[in-house]
Amino acid sequence: MKKSSLPSLIVLVIRRDLLLAMRRRADVLTTLIFFVMVVSLFPLGVGPEMDMLRKMAAGVLWVAALLSSMLSLGRLFSADYLDGTLEQMMLAPQSLSMLVLGKIAAHWIVSGLPLVLMAPVLGVQFDMPVQSLGVLIVGLLLGTPVLSMIGAIGAALTLGLRGGGVLLSLLVLPLCIPVLIFGTGAVEAVSTGLSAVSHLSLLGALFMLALVSTPWVTAQALRISME
Amino acid sequence: MLEVSNLACSRGDHRLFSGLSFSLYPGQIMQVQGENGSGKTSLLRTLCGFLMPDEGDIAWCGKSIRELDEAYYAEMLYLGHLNAIKDELNALENLRISAGLAGVELDEKEAIAALRRMGLRGRERLPTKVLSQGQRRRVALARLLVSGAKLWVLDEPLTALDVGAVAQIQELIAEHLARQGMVIFTTHQPLQVAGMEMRCLSLS
Repeated sequence: MKKSSLPSLIVLVIRRDLLLAMRRRADVLTTLIFFVMVVSLFPLGVGPEMDMLRKMAAGVLWVAALLSSMLSLGRLFSADYLDGTLEQMMLAPQSLSMLVLGKIAAHWIVSGLPLVLMAPVLGVQFDMPVQSLGVLIVGLLLGTPVLSMIGAIGAALTLGLRGGGVLLSLLVLPLCIPVLIFGTGAVEAVSTGLSAVSHLSLLGALFMLALVSTPWVTAQALRISME
Repeated sequence: MLEVSNLACSRGDHRLFSGLSFSLYPGQIMQVQGENGSGKTSLLRTLCGFLMPDEGDIAWCGKSIRELDEAYYAEMLYLGHLNAIKDELNALENLRISAGLAGVELDEKEAIAALRRMGLRGRERLPTKVLSQGQRRRVALARLLVSGAKLWVLDEPLTALDVGAVAQIQELIAEHLARQGMVIFTTHQPLQVAGMEMRCLSLS
């Protein structure tokens, strides 16, 4: 028996959540299938006009990513809350914020990363040029973690509430609008021949800001929910 | 040493208790008694820092637990109504993870030894969803065996346990007290610890 340090505790939380996700694969697949379905429905509904599809591609992919990341947020803390694990996490001899960060990281790996990996394949359906696809992926890589981090605050605040899912979307979606704007803006800039750097750096700034502040805010929200 | 002074707690508008003071020294055990709804669980949850007391202070070794925060949590263990075990994981994984969260890294051998001592031989690698209620409780209680915490806060530790397991918990508590540990607990079942004076705190 030996004492565990902070990094090993974070790794433990991430590994635990990934292991649980592997044992409950249906939950993970729901998010991904929802994303693929929503994005694929647009070309079918709008019709095969290449110009129009190319123009709306980034917007559709980003909105779909935003909505599908909402789907899995409700489960971020609820299972741990119901079976008492969350109580034990609060009693861990390390900062709760860091454990929360571990949970958010695991949530992103399970629900955000598959979307990023799937996006180029779906982008081809919209006849996106390679350069735009590249920027889209970089944008998603920076933006989806922010969605998970902001979502975690909402998930913590609505913990244990009846009908928390709807409330969660109402709380979180408005806060995610900047990510949507800069994410789609970057792709649009590249397709009109401008540089995407400014949009991407703003996304990067949002990421850093969220990384620093959201775990702490989420931890405080969890403490309130536990009372 | 745990010192509670002039503690008051309420749920909603209802005042559960007020002016509650006691101290618990190393090697002592205290049972919190009271009817259903008298605030036993609330008291224990306040000791864990989940609930903010309306008035009063809780001190560990002379310092308020609010200030100590993580340093206090490193020295205490709480076992509540909820077992904090995952249905999808097996007993071994559950124990290693919950010990890990409490800051103790367990290797497989130590975890298996603890589970066997709790009477779960042969059930170590079964998913906990196939275990009975009492066996799940045993998985949760195995944390007592591997924890280095000085203060044990146990909320109804004996629910769903059979006679043999109750005797084992009594034995565990006696060992913990002999190591100069402290225990505060609630139960509606008789619990005797050999050679120890049981202090009682009645909430009314």
